[in-house]
Amino acid sequence: MRGDEIMTEPFIELKGVSKIFPGVIAIDNIDIDVYPGEILGLVGENGAGKSTLIKLLTGAHRHDIGQILVEGKEVDIQGPKQAMSLGITAIYQELNIVKYLSVAENVYLGRELKNKGIPLINIKEMRRKAAELLSELGQNIDPKLIISKLGMGQQQMVEIAKALSVKTKLLIMDEPTSSLSSKEVKELLRTIKELKQKGIAVVFISHRLDEIMEVCDRVTVMRDGKKVKTLPIQEATREGLIRLMVGRDLANQFPKVETEIGEEALKIENYTSDNVFSDVSFKVHKGEILGLSGLVGAGRTEVARAIFGIDMKNKGTTYIDGKKVNIKSPKDAMANGIAFLTEDRKGQGLVLDNTVSFNMNLASLNKCKSGMLLDPKKLKEKTIENISKLDINPPSDTFMVRKLSGGNQQKVVIAKWLNTHANIFIFDEPTRGIDVGAKVEVYNVMNELVLNGAAIIMISSELPEILGMSDHIIVMHEGKVTGEFKRNEANQENIMKAASGGL
Amino acid sequence: MSEVNMNSEKSKRFEVAKKNRLKTTAERFGPLLGLILLCLALSILSPDFIKVRNIMNIANQSSINCLISMGMLLTILTAGIDLSVGSILALSTCVMGISIVKWNLNPFLGILICLGAGAFCGFMNGVLLTKLRLPHPFISTLAMKNVARGLALIITMASPISGFPKAIQYFGSGKIGPIPISFVLVIFVCIGFYIFLNRTAQGRHIYALGGNKEAAQLSGVNVNKTLVVVYTLCGLMAALAGIVMVGRVNSASPLGGLDFDLDAIAACIIGGTSFMGGVGTVGGTLIGAMIMAVLRNGLNLLGVSPDIQIVAIGLVIIAAVYVDVIRNQAAKKVKVVV
Repeated sequence: MRGDEIMTEPFIELKGVSKIFPGVIAIDNIDIDVYPGEILGLVGENGAGKSTLIKLLTGAHRHDIGQILVEGKEVDIQGPKQAMSLGITAIYQELNIVKYLSVAENVYLGRELKNKGIPLINIKEMRRKAAELLSELGQNIDPKLIISKLGMGQQQMVEIAKALSVKTKLLIMDEPTSSLSSKEVKELLRTIKELKQKGIAVVFISHRLDEIMEVCDRVTVMRDGKKVKTLPIQEATREGLIRLMVGRDLANQFPKVETEIGEEALKIENYTSDNVFSDVSFKVHKGEILGLSGLVGAGRTEVARAIFGIDMKNKGTTYIDGKKVNIKSPKDAMANGIAFLTEDRKGQGLVLDNTVSFNMNLASLNKCKSGMLLDPKKLKEKTIENISKLDINPPSDTFMVRKLSGGNQQKVVIAKWLNTHANIFIFDEPTRGIDVGAKVEVYNVMNELVLNGAAIIMISSELPEILGMSDHIIVMHEGKVTGEFKRNEANQENIMKAASGGL
Repeated sequence: MSEVNMNSEKSKRFEVAKKNRLKTTAERFGPLLGLILLCLALSILSPDFIKVRNIMNIANQSSINCLISMGMLLTILTAGIDLSVGSILALSTCVMGISIVKWNLNPFLGILICLGAGAFCGFMNGVLLTKLRLPHPFISTLAMKNVARGLALIITMASPISGFPKAIQYFGSGKIGPIPISFVLVIFVCIGFYIFLNRTAQGRHIYALGGNKEAAQLSGVNVNKTLVVVYTLCGLMAALAGIVMVGRVNSASPLGGLDFDLDAIAACIIGGTSFMGGVGTVGGTLIGAMIMAVLRNGLNLLGVSPDIQIVAIGLVIIAAVYVDVIRNQAAKKVKVVV
């Protein structure tokens, strides 16, 4: 803990730093300091300015006003190379690795160790040193392994080893846990605490407040490019942080509404796919949200993909409104009124280099025709209606989707599927990586759907979300259903128990 | 939040949206600006350039590349490519030559056979890609490039076929007033392609497929069918261009259309089509083909040797894409408020 030792001076100190882009102040008069051996949490909604702040520290952007001091000396960080030589390294959500190279080659990428005298790479030395760095992190990873054979968590460890190899003094971690399983998260948090013991300053950014609470010494809340407050972790509470982040009280993080549960909408029976899932059966009713809980890798997304006709299954029957159907492609699934909002928005949900309008109408083009041809007027009307209904920002139908924030991108995906007039919606991790305010908006859309008689299957790895929004909960573990709970019977303990394999 | 604050917030959002629209408008008209500047420069350098006869000559000269480029545009939009269009052009015109000149079939039947042959070759390109699942259209169309060229040589015993009836020659050298028929054909084809790409579901599926294959598939797009349609249309356009060429030179040669594939690819790229797929327009591609034709014509007028013209086309490709690179970098620097 920071207070325990005497810290003479912070490793880095920002004094009144601002960054101005044409028409907007992205970073507004910020004061932040991080001490050696301290973990500073950085929280805020998407668009609060966290990423821009990191870019200032790593030299991707240059600040316009204010001072940045590193170890007491004023610096002007002009580029990534300079940031690195100052001892500042960042690890992003999307890892910076070359898939087909070995662990050791990745650690020393761009700084390969050479033999003395001859300009050839000394692979043995690289492997030895990489193994050393990894064991310092408590990792027993073979440096000869091709990195893509490792899990996400271990790949991240390799990145941390890479940071250690360049004598990092400030490590910035931007959403490092968002694609890790809970076991991997634990491992990562433990490692971060070890880095702290080594005297490294860490800036830790996460949407998951429990992680912030567990690992950080202090936490800084940002909103609209400004620093709202920095407080010692002992004074921080989950609710308090959320209030600071959104600038208002969230009456209810999970605005669940009571609905009339109707007839059975979708039933799957004995879904089996070799080595992926086996004998999975469940049903969801009209007006009901069925929560599909479990650890990452439990086979939930795979079952959803099989329902939607993306992947083939070996066995299993699907019933819609009580009638047996045979779904062999996403097209068949859509014809049967099913919508699938994938977990990976950018990779599977959106055509990023096209417009909001293009994306929103992609799955429902047949509904906007006049005669044989598409009707641009109808398309535009539909889009504008979607934009104002979902409060998409900026409100432009010709805006490039790539340039939208995560929350707004998710709203575009939602609009795409609302337009298909589906009545069975599969939401896979619907609020991953989006900010608290946008989360509530997504829940409200789900509420409206079930109020109108739609059925929802919600896959989520966040327990509070499962508990907060589901009427009925199915828990999976290693491809099998290991638990089933009604809303009023479910709690953190019995779900976690089922998710980790039951008794 | 107070009422005033809300309003200023909203208006700020609209401003950002508006600025972004303006930028895309500038992007859209970049190649057109290039064409206009090129024409201005040439009119100053050569008094013959802006004469109606020369302009019509350019229109006629450009038409074959324009037609092939439209088909090529579709394949590049899906992040693919078609290297076989030159060979398909040769094979389909030779098939037409045999049916009309050797078998004395009705010329219109001959035209249908020609178009059918082109479409079939394209269809096969699509099937190789989707059913045999060859990993990239570079490979399937490279194979077709060889197969079609070889077949054209075999069926003609390697000698050109000439002596086509008036009806066929009309496509290559006929005129409506001062306007060459071939260019009228180009205009109709461009309008057709514009409507196809922008106003039909199939057309949008092509953009979606190129922009993000997986997202397209999960949105109900039949990816394989779309690819087959794209390559079939590309082959069809090669055959149509072939009819124009036969009409112009009154001869179908098994060695015709060499390098036409690369010219068409160049037109697409100069016109701002992204090689990554999903980005590109009919108008841009038409302008790209026109820039190439105007450049060749202008350099001819100025008495520059054809060898140097080839170098010039190469430099234009570099310049056009480099402008794009610079623009993308500039666009990245503009931060979007959310």
